[in-house]
Amino acid sequence: MAQGKPCAKFYYGEVLMEKIVEMRNIRKTFLNTVANKNVNFVIYKGEIVSLLGENGAGKTTLMKILYGLYTKDSGEIFVNGKKVEINSPKDAIALGIGMVHQHFTLVRTLTVLENVILGLPSPKGFELDLDDARKKLKNIIDKYGLTVDPDAKIWQLSVGERQRVEIIKALYRNIQVLILDEPTAVLTPQEVSELFKTLRIFKKEGKSVVFISHKLEEVMEISDRIVILRNGVVTGERRKEETNEKELARLMVGREVIEALRKEKAQFGSAIFKVRNLKALNDKELLALKGVSFEVREGEILGVAGVAGNGQKELEEVICGVRKPISGDVFLEDKNIVNKTPKEIINLGVGRIPEDRMESGLILDIPVFANLVVEFYDKTPFSRGMLINYQEIKKFAEQLVKEFNIKTSSIDAITRTLSGGNLQKIILARVLSRNPKFIIASQPTRGLDVGAMEYIHEKLLEEKNKGAAILLISEDLNEIMHLSDRIMVMYEGEIMGIIDRSKENVDIEELGLMMAGAKRRVTV
Amino acid sequence: MNSSGISSFTIWYLSATIRLATPLVLATIGEMFAERSGILNLGIEGTMLMGALSGFLTAYFTKSLWLGVLVASIVGLLFGLLMAFFAVTLGVNQHVSGLGITIFATGLAYYTYRAVIGSPTVPPTIKAFNTVPIPVLYKIPVLGPIFFNQFALTYIAFIIVPIAAYVVFKTTFGLSLRAVGENPESADAVGINVYKIRYISMIIAGTLMGMAGSFFTLCEFNMFLYNIVGGRGWVAIALVIFANWMPWKVLGGALLFGGIDVLGLRLQNSAIKIPYQIYLMLPYLFTIIVLILVARNASYPSALLKPYRRE
Amino acid sequence: MSLMPKFKLEKRGVPPVWFQIVMPVAAVFIALAISAIFLLIIKKNPFEAFYNMFVGSLGTKFALSETIVKATPLILTGVAVAIAFKAKYWNIGAEGQLYAGALAATWFGIMNLPLPAIIYIPLEITVGFIAGALWSVIAGYLKAKMQVDDVVTTLLMNFIMIYIVQGILNGPWRNPHTMYPSSVPIAKNADFPKLIPNTRVHAGIILSILAVIFMYFLIRKTKLGFEINATGSNPKAAHFLGIDTIKTIILVSIISGGIAGLAGVGEVCGVQYHLISGISPGYGYSGIVIAMLGGLNTIGVLLAALYFAIVINGAQIMSVNMHIPIYISDVIQGITLLVMLAMLLFFEYRIRRVK
Repeated sequence: MAQGKPCAKFYYGEVLMEKIVEMRNIRKTFLNTVANKNVNFVIYKGEIVSLLGENGAGKTTLMKILYGLYTKDSGEIFVNGKKVEINSPKDAIALGIGMVHQHFTLVRTLTVLENVILGLPSPKGFELDLDDARKKLKNIIDKYGLTVDPDAKIWQLSVGERQRVEIIKALYRNIQVLILDEPTAVLTPQEVSELFKTLRIFKKEGKSVVFISHKLEEVMEISDRIVILRNGVVTGERRKEETNEKELARLMVGREVIEALRKEKAQFGSAIFKVRNLKALNDKELLALKGVSFEVREGEILGVAGVAGNGQKELEEVICGVRKPISGDVFLEDKNIVNKTPKEIINLGVGRIPEDRMESGLILDIPVFANLVVEFYDKTPFSRGMLINYQEIKKFAEQLVKEFNIKTSSIDAITRTLSGGNLQKIILARVLSRNPKFIIASQPTRGLDVGAMEYIHEKLLEEKNKGAAILLISEDLNEIMHLSDRIMVMYEGEIMGIIDRSKENVDIEELGLMMAGAKRRVTV
Repeated sequence: MNSSGISSFTIWYLSATIRLATPLVLATIGEMFAERSGILNLGIEGTMLMGALSGFLTAYFTKSLWLGVLVASIVGLLFGLLMAFFAVTLGVNQHVSGLGITIFATGLAYYTYRAVIGSPTVPPTIKAFNTVPIPVLYKIPVLGPIFFNQFALTYIAFIIVPIAAYVVFKTTFGLSLRAVGENPESADAVGINVYKIRYISMIIAGTLMGMAGSFFTLCEFNMFLYNIVGGRGWVAIALVIFANWMPWKVLGGALLFGGIDVLGLRLQNSAIKIPYQIYLMLPYLFTIIVLILVARNASYPSALLKPYRRE
Repeated sequence: MSLMPKFKLEKRGVPPVWFQIVMPVAAVFIALAISAIFLLIIKKNPFEAFYNMFVGSLGTKFALSETIVKATPLILTGVAVAIAFKAKYWNIGAEGQLYAGALAATWFGIMNLPLPAIIYIPLEITVGFIAGALWSVIAGYLKAKMQVDDVVTTLLMNFIMIYIVQGILNGPWRNPHTMYPSSVPIAKNADFPKLIPNTRVHAGIILSILAVIFMYFLIRKTKLGFEINATGSNPKAAHFLGIDTIKTIILVSIISGGIAGLAGVGEVCGVQYHLISGISPGYGYSGIVIAMLGGLNTIGVLLAALYFAIVINGAQIMSVNMHIPIYISDVIQGITLLVMLAMLLFFEYRIRRVK
């Protein structure tokens, strides 16, 4: 099949499939990034089609355009052969398209029944018709096996049950095409198989499912057809029978990723940063880290590859001191930092470049100079006793601004007014000015332009050469490949494998398979 | 005291409790609507006072008590709209704007009274409402005098409770209301107009608060006095939390506090050593304790105090 | 969505300094203009009224002295609330904290301890500060450690304290000679000395000025000031970046409550010399208006407090000279607060018309 063009005719077995939705030449840009670049995508009646790709590949963006949450820059959408404009979810639902997002839009204090009928006009007008709704609900529950108690309050339900409610909501509105965005990210294995059972019933009913995912095994299990996106472009389209996990991984991760050169055998020091059997829960009280162990040596960059949502956030939070693990240890030199406050961790010489620049790394509504010292304003010469010395602070700030080339009208400017790249430079400057022995950098160049990205990479390599141990967490494989001495892949809270580039070349296929959960290396 | 003396006290006490609970019921149900939509209306005390004043002045000049109630309710509605404007349209800090409205409304009420009436040695009075005995029912021994010989406003207040319960739990508006107060993003996602719902809630709230205010000048007393609302607006704030934002619990709480109120008034004139202020303090103390217990387990409408802005 | 204006609000950084000065001044004028409507309705000339207000508060030496007396507690509650709001500790309880301070000062004062004034007065101040601080820290602790809403707790605690005071005045402290619900006078040595003869200006104004200086010092020169700014701006980020937000909020609640308590001490020891249940006609609430109008900064709060002292005293003159109901001062206060709030929107956001 030609790359990028949807099947004009699609045969499943001997049956000619009918097109329900066709998206042609869809283009969508956000600020600097092109999220969808002339994407063509078709949904046939009665099929389960998967949209496969890493984060930032453009799959969610494409579906959000179809669901009316985003407006496309250009392109056309056809539903049942007719050209349509979808400007809001209401329009999408009217056309029979429904979407279940990664973050549920349910009201916790209301019951399942109430959530399902929320926003819909009542057959009785002013008064709610709960009996009618209950009957309809029971039909859906029985038909599709979406077992859930209609009178349970949402806060009482498990995540899997809540997802069922979201699906029921869509079905209640007579959806013909159901889009699921990374639905299995929050489910237990049992719940996943129940979900798949339900999806197969949809298919039998003649409904269609779009299954957005980065998980190869599941995609291979449930899909009829798979469309692979990478960097906003369709890199391939296959029927399940025609392909395998290896090929999908390759299409997902791309051949353009640098075929890794064997890294020079650099001089690494001792392992000053050790993580042992770390187990942690996420905000939803599910196990996000399942007993992770690894080390980082002085002068080395350990890159953590993996699609977001596989435990990286929780790992970062534990190391930075804002999440308590349920068991396990994190050692910096010999000190266990697991139950220390952020301040203590800072004082021990951990340099933290957090993923969330705006809500963790910076306080946006204070001046630039304040953010440059906020982690150590209480140290001399910036403070003595109870008093703070703003003169010293500002002097220091001026130095940093010059050294790191931070573009700001003045050090007194309110931080919020700076551009993304400069915001990140503030964090970088602050962290590096303390000559940290260990640095954790999480998504350090996300959303930045090429110039800023290169600058940050340069600085990180500088620190590495000075002997710092660096843990780099990134969804950007190019970045991982460019900087890391060793690459560690995380999937569903576990380490799938660690590739030591001083000993071997990186096999892109293997990398992709590990990232998608389809391969695990035996731990040495 | 012989047995008939005891029971006549009880009858009087319960009847007075129901009577005094009336403004609390109205005001608190109003505040409940506001808070369930996500707005903490600290303007309630001022709104009630303006209701009391405008009801009185209307009755004084037109000789019509019911017109007074109507005008009081409309004035309350207007202050409700004012709060909605600040909290919903402008989306500014709710506690400060609510306080601003109370300070403004309180000042305006006394200002208007003084401007219109002046300060005569004997404050002007009106012929206030009489209690309305319900035919047949009021003759029932014990229950009759307690329940069925009250002000018309009292009957209205008590009917409003089941109506409020019905609206909140059995209508589409009520369902949308509960969603908006809990999670406006989710409500918006299913197509509910969050701003409209909040405005409607504030209109209901303001109307009830104005009506509650009119009770003081048109039923309980027959004149407008300084501090006539006496902090009942603040009690309503406490009472809504205490009642967990549930209409029937509001009724129960209002009766409880009304009972304490009556006791307090009684004790004021007695020689009992314990200052009656202890009793007046109790509602607030209880509410803080409830707040502490509830803090972790949000029964709070979660969107309370957060202005909703579509990004 | 006809109720939502067809604008887009774009958050902007803090606007230039001149804007910060112009805004409250503009708010004052707009509020006076709106208040003028209420004057016109009762057929009073607003220009004449405002002339009376300003001249009446500032025109004579005595008037000026009275304005200072009025400003004394207002500056204190304004500072107390401003410091609190900076850390986003929504201290609506300055009124109750003031009463706590007044209560403690009276308690200590009516003990009639045989102490010279030079010892008695500082002790009064200390005792009043501690009482206000304690009353406030309860709410502060609940907020910091248990996320209990500070608005409602501080508000409700106002009434608890006011009832405590009323109860005590009606009970054990009731003046046995007059049988009024007010206390006996405090010890003579506890009285604040008069600073200007033949006026009511008392040493409390020194406390007020010191409070202003303290606030300046606290915010601009101490580590805690830095922590207050950070915590109030973004508590989540501040916590990540190592700041002990819990300690900060608790300290702020102590400082804020204590300063409000000092306002109570001043009124008891400097103005009334005994405790009455009307010791404060709402100074604590005025403090909120003052803090907001003053933009939560030192000079602003000082000026706003002076402005409202002028308004409150001026209302009295307007009432005497022009028979304007004295409550016009509350009307002006309320409107000023609302106008300031609306203007803050322009402060924070740029308005962009959306087609």
